[in-house]
Amino acid sequence: MRVNIEVNGEQRVADTVWEGESLLYVLRERLGLPGSKNACEQGECGSCTVYLDDVAVCACLVAAGQAEGRSVRTVEGLADGDRLDPMQQAFVEAGAVQCGFCTPGLIVAAHDLVRRNPRPSDLEIRESLAGNLCRCTGYEKILDAVRLAAERMGASGGTA
Amino acid sequence: MTRSSTERADTTAGIGGSPIRPDGALKVKGEFAYSSDLWAEDMLWGATLRSPHPHARITAVRIGKALALPGVHAVLTHDDVPGRNRFGLEHADQPVLAEDVVRYQGEPVAVVAADHPETARRAAALIEVDYDVLDPVTDPETALADGTPALHPDGNLVRHVRIRRGDPEPAAPVVVTGEYTVGMQDQAFLGPESGMAVPAEDGGVDLYVATQWLHVDQRQIAESLGVPQEKVRITLAGVGGAFGAREDLSMQVHACMLAMHTGKPVKFVYGREESFFGHVHRHPAVMRYEHGATEDGRLVYVRARILLDGGAYASTTSAVVGNAATLGVGPYEVPNAHVDAFGLYTNNPPCGAMRGFGAVQACFGYESQMDKLAAALGMDPVDLRVRNAVREGSTMPTGQVIDSAAPVAELLRLVRDKPMPAPVGDAEGVADPRELPGGVSNTTRGEGVRRGVGYGVGIKNVAFSEGFDDYSTARVRLEVIGGEPVVSVHTAAAEVGQGLVTLQAQIARTELGVHQVTILPADTAVGSAGSSSASRQSYVTGGAVKAACEAVRAEVLAIAADVLPAGGELYLNGGKVIASTGEAVADVAALLGDRVVEHTVEWRHRPTQPLDPATGQGNAHVQYAFAAHRAVVDVDTELGLVRVVELACAQDVGRALNPQAVVGQIQGGSAQGLGLAVMEEIQVVGGKVVNPSFTDYLIPTILDMPPMPIDVLELADPHAPYGLRGVGEPPTISATPAIVAAVRAATGAALTRIPIRPEHVVFTTVEDGGHSS
Ligand code: FES
Ligand code: FES
Repeated sequence: MRVNIEVNGEQRVADTVWEGESLLYVLRERLGLPGSKNACEQGECGSCTVYLDDVAVCACLVAAGQAEGRSVRTVEGLADGDRLDPMQQAFVEAGAVQCGFCTPGLIVAAHDLVRRNPRPSDLEIRESLAGNLCRCTGYEKILDAVRLAAERMGASGGTA
Repeated sequence: MTRSSTERADTTAGIGGSPIRPDGALKVKGEFAYSSDLWAEDMLWGATLRSPHPHARITAVRIGKALALPGVHAVLTHDDVPGRNRFGLEHADQPVLAEDVVRYQGEPVAVVAADHPETARRAAALIEVDYDVLDPVTDPETALADGTPALHPDGNLVRHVRIRRGDPEPAAPVVVTGEYTVGMQDQAFLGPESGMAVPAEDGGVDLYVATQWLHVDQRQIAESLGVPQEKVRITLAGVGGAFGAREDLSMQVHACMLAMHTGKPVKFVYGREESFFGHVHRHPAVMRYEHGATEDGRLVYVRARILLDGGAYASTTSAVVGNAATLGVGPYEVPNAHVDAFGLYTNNPPCGAMRGFGAVQACFGYESQMDKLAAALGMDPVDLRVRNAVREGSTMPTGQVIDSAAPVAELLRLVRDKPMPAPVGDAEGVADPRELPGGVSNTTRGEGVRRGVGYGVGIKNVAFSEGFDDYSTARVRLEVIGGEPVVSVHTAAAEVGQGLVTLQAQIARTELGVHQVTILPADTAVGSAGSSSASRQSYVTGGAVKAACEAVRAEVLAIAADVLPAGGELYLNGGKVIASTGEAVADVAALLGDRVVEHTVEWRHRPTQPLDPATGQGNAHVQYAFAAHRAVVDVDTELGLVRVVELACAQDVGRALNPQAVVGQIQGGSAQGLGLAVMEEIQVVGGKVVNPSFTDYLIPTILDMPPMPIDVLELADPHAPYGLRGVGEPPTISATPAIVAAVRAATGAALTRIPIRPEHVVFTTVEDGGHSS
């Protein structure tokens, strides 16, 4: 089948899509956007988190056909050219990135959290990110990164 | 410590700083190419057919239907393995593709290449294999017993290490014994096994893969492909975590075989379920300990018997057994030690390297015993540990004298003296459910919840031991590009997330006083770096990069000395040659012009010795590393649910070359120790894994992890580059027993098995010994 999706502001078309393919597969293997990661393919790890019509979802749980005519924003669509999104910048600075495989999903999830709740408490950060597994960091520096980004974004009056 | 004159260079991003990772921006933008992200025009997808049985004879394999499926390009079996159908890190005992016997559930039997991953999977399912199912050997004790069928030609014993020190029949007034069990833990890195093999015109192959040791892969792949090593060229692709699970081969030979057979690039990406079968796990252990002490709490003797289940193939079992034995009494002075550690073949999943490597299992045993002994003596558990702690100059049970800092007592005091976390809840004692055991499941409002505090301290060897020729190779080049001096560093060392790329650049900046440093991709075009394991890369590859930089610097300074007026010692900083007066006397760029200075150095740590086979005596380890934890837990004693409230750690790192990365390692390592304490276990029933998914194999989430305050000591090891001490593993070792001790303190349950399950907490008491499962 053919699937039309707006991805990171661009209208994209994927052809010869097999019905069993997920949005994640189409993004990674057909549209050249491997930033969203596949670490479980069953909604347990959050590595594949993307915005679908502005709602953060696990792309591995969305059938490609379900994304027809909708808009998707992936981790590749957060930075403004070379200017990192404040959440991305905070992750690098805080040491929240080790192997980085969890990072794209965590950044989208944390970006979504701070958009909805500009001053999250630690408990709120933990609760919102509980669906994103990281095996390297023990999460302390991820908390640091989210606090840092929220503080900076609050100070600068928010972000896109 | 006194720092060498070479370290007067103070570029901002050198040793001791925490500069931003060079791969950081790519990783946060989603542009870093992991091994699963590779793509080539015309590439095929590989899939693997695996045995559903833990033990069976293969009587027939029919591939016709699979080959007939449209889109399938190749179906290969053991008959198609061009070279030696065996591989293995320490013993080549594992087939690339099974021949007549399968020895574990998940053993690869055939591989397929097709134009779509789903086609490849369906084709694999169409391969018909006839099995004669055999009884699996699933218990290491049975595997060791006389009369059990041998799973391999040399029997079921992979290795037995004996440590014999002091009086063989010691006696002591206070004796405690215990039996302890460790379940099978998985590394559960997030980026599954993956890579792409591209056939080359010279009849060889280029492989892009996530691995821990490129050259040991290269050697094994070349043997199985039957080609000279130089025909297998490996480049490290982005690695999504490792923790030991990428030391053994997974899809490497399969992808290369298919690529050479089809003439097309072949990519493999395991799914999560397949990943649970695609790599080795942490050895499960059954351990019997007996500790004897004087009335005032001095250890007189330790006897231990440690049985490690190696599963179907040896992998690194021999070295794991060596660690469990030599580190088996822990960081304590014990005049009389009698330790037997065994590694066995069974039909369970193969076990090998995982962070902590044999030291994790033993630590749960000896630390549980130290708490039991403290209780028997009526002593404080930290005081008992401090009284017996090793220090610099202590003798290990192998006879090896610890010849650098061993601040075990100090680490314990540091964690003990940390302020305690506040009780949960507000002034009225009303707690947010997210702060209680059970969390948002809302299982308690605080009734039945009790707090406990526990301690653990551990010991780990750094780098490879027992006489292994352990080295790394670094090529460092200094040249002028665009008027600026630029350094490039080339090694084959695997960046697996730990930050080695950052560190190599820091070393180059410090040694050469040049800001611009490029780390070239790790590949086999340069000599071996050894494995990214055993907490060894900062030490060994760090040592190699430092040595190569020193060679480059010596040449630059010799050039400078030729053209400058004589006198005094020179060094490099800020792109300049600096005289001992501190005055800049030449510009490196001007001095070099278009001259390129390049040196390649193979660097070794001090040699170690094999263990005496009868007594286990010998200077087997090059460096020891220590960490201590204090865990504070809240336990719902009615439901058996545990919430770790805080996990404090103190660790000596010799010197923190990158403080941010050091803390990141300690926190990440502690998290894996927490996982083993309270949740992580591959459950194997009759040789079959029953929980190969992230739904059923749980790793800690951000809700499970507590705050982790860290104390880092920097007591330099004079034998190591910059005085550093390996960092990655110690925190994984001591976190687990500290948490278990805290749960014991909260509940009185004996808890002799990890991971702790709710029923162990609820249905056991000290009196019944805690054997509930
Ligand atoms: S890959 Fe989608 S949640 Fe794990
Ligand atoms: S940084 Fe490796 S999984 Fe999070």
